[in-house]
Amino acid sequence: MTNHTITSIREGLRAKQFSAVEVAREALEFAERENPKTNAYLMFCPERALSAAAEVDRKLAAGEDAGALAGVPIAVKDVILTKGVRTTCASKMLENYIPPYDATAIERIEAAGGVIIGKTNCDEFAMGSSNENSYFGPVRNPVALDCVPGGSSGGSAAVVAQGTAVVSLGSDTGGSIRQPASFCGVVGVTPTYGRVSRYGLVAFASSLDHIGPFARNVKDSATLLAAMAGRDPMDSTSANAPVPDYGAQLTGDVRGMKIGLPVEYMKHATGETADRIHEAVAKLQGMGCEVQDISLPSTDYAIATYYVICTAEASANLARFDGVRYGYRSAEAGGADSNKLAAMYCNTRGEGFGPEVKRRIMLGTYVLSHGYYDAYYLKAQKVRALIARDFTNAFQTVDAIMAPVSPFPAFRIGEKVNDPVSMYLSDIYTITGSLAGIPCMSVPCGTTGTGLPVGLQILCNHFEEQKMFRLAHAFENS
Amino acid sequence: MRLTEKDVRYVAALANITFADEEIGVMLHDLDGILGQMDALAGIDTEGVEPMSQVLFDAAENATLRADVERMPLENEVALANAPISGNGYFKVPRVIER
Repeated sequence: MTNHTITSIREGLRAKQFSAVEVAREALEFAERENPKTNAYLMFCPERALSAAAEVDRKLAAGEDAGALAGVPIAVKDVILTKGVRTTCASKMLENYIPPYDATAIERIEAAGGVIIGKTNCDEFAMGSSNENSYFGPVRNPVALDCVPGGSSGGSAAVVAQGTAVVSLGSDTGGSIRQPASFCGVVGVTPTYGRVSRYGLVAFASSLDHIGPFARNVKDSATLLAAMAGRDPMDSTSANAPVPDYGAQLTGDVRGMKIGLPVEYMKHATGETADRIHEAVAKLQGMGCEVQDISLPSTDYAIATYYVICTAEASANLARFDGVRYGYRSAEAGGADSNKLAAMYCNTRGEGFGPEVKRRIMLGTYVLSHGYYDAYYLKAQKVRALIARDFTNAFQTVDAIMAPVSPFPAFRIGEKVNDPVSMYLSDIYTITGSLAGIPCMSVPCGTTGTGLPVGLQILCNHFEEQKMFRLAHAFENS
Repeated sequence: MRLTEKDVRYVAALANITFADEEIGVMLHDLDGILGQMDALAGIDTEGVEPMSQVLFDAAENATLRADVERMPLENEVALANAPISGNGYFKVPRVIER
């Protein structure tokens, strides 16, 4: 199980070494047995998995095309809706929520023969950088069990690293796919904003939210992205752009490709993380890439900009959780307040959300409130335009930008939990790409002296995932 | 300090969130620290810059519109299935208007 790839499963099914049902059974059994070590899965959905696998076997027996993901065991971050399968957002608020429909990404994965085996743990409502904000407890990093797996898609990174899923889905708003991918030593891809439909992704910050894949190699991540990508009438921000054949781009030939190293990032990068990035870039240079320094002058303002915009959008999006239509409702609807309905809303939200979610709703409410809107929210949107412009300018001279994913490797569970400012500052290298809406990914580039994985971040221009995959794949096989 | 406890209670009321008294102090400390970071924005020259409220690409103006055709909404009982309290085909909430 731990060595399977999308390709190895396809070949095994074709050669009749195993059936899709056998793969699904083995995957479920292995994942359920291993899960107590990491707490990466919140639940399994064996009925759904076995029925999807049986359909793949039926198609194969009938000589039909079983799809690009035929028989592949896939885990899904628990902020993505799965019809009839509990979806909690790792929150007390949605502890018992059963979605009445599937996210578009889920529909497409199953149409391509993918076998969804379970839902993964994450930071509550995808808010966090360590997976310690889950109502259902933290996830442990399978590479070093006393460390965090990163966040917010910590569970989805951990199951791929642990081998309890072949690939998985995460969501990324400010680094929530790339950072856990780097911490766990797997590939994680944040596609161009609008490349994958957000329909059925529980909204955190709508102008920044992305669904993207985790995999143990670049090719699998590209295959999974291609299966989900493309226009969806249910998401008006999904792009009507053709989906290239990413696999055809994985030629290994990167000669003449131009790589930019942002001086504003590298001046802060120190220690073993910086060493691994420089070594990776030197390797690509040896394969024929041209490397040059570039400038992204607005970088220093990115964290302030991001946390204004994402909290503002979160405060609006999470207003829907009021104890009326779904989710938790406080038993305390009365009290001294004569308005029982208002008291029910406030108590429900006070009891149903965890501390980090409440912190972000409060910040977002503050920056949108009367007298502060122009100074914070409108200002941040203007600075966001400057940050995006930096990238537009850079991509006139380079094909890709390379940088660290995180200033440091995985840290110990509990180490930063009481310092939200320091936790926010650690997102510096990932949020710039998120604000610009460009595709970015993390690909493993070695480890520290203590064996903790380091990720190389590759960023490309809008809808140029193919360049990103080509570079990542060439580096991976170097 | 940019904020006071009174500010935190005001924002909590806007956000419809009940906080215990001991949570107010923690929230005050955290929000104040984070807003300190956000104040960096004030010094940036954004004269003439259009605010970016969404990631935009070159495309036809109607590129993201779908065909105007009828679709079935969720059925009543499906929509109510996750409600904490429902009855007679409706979501139920505490009484707002006293008889």
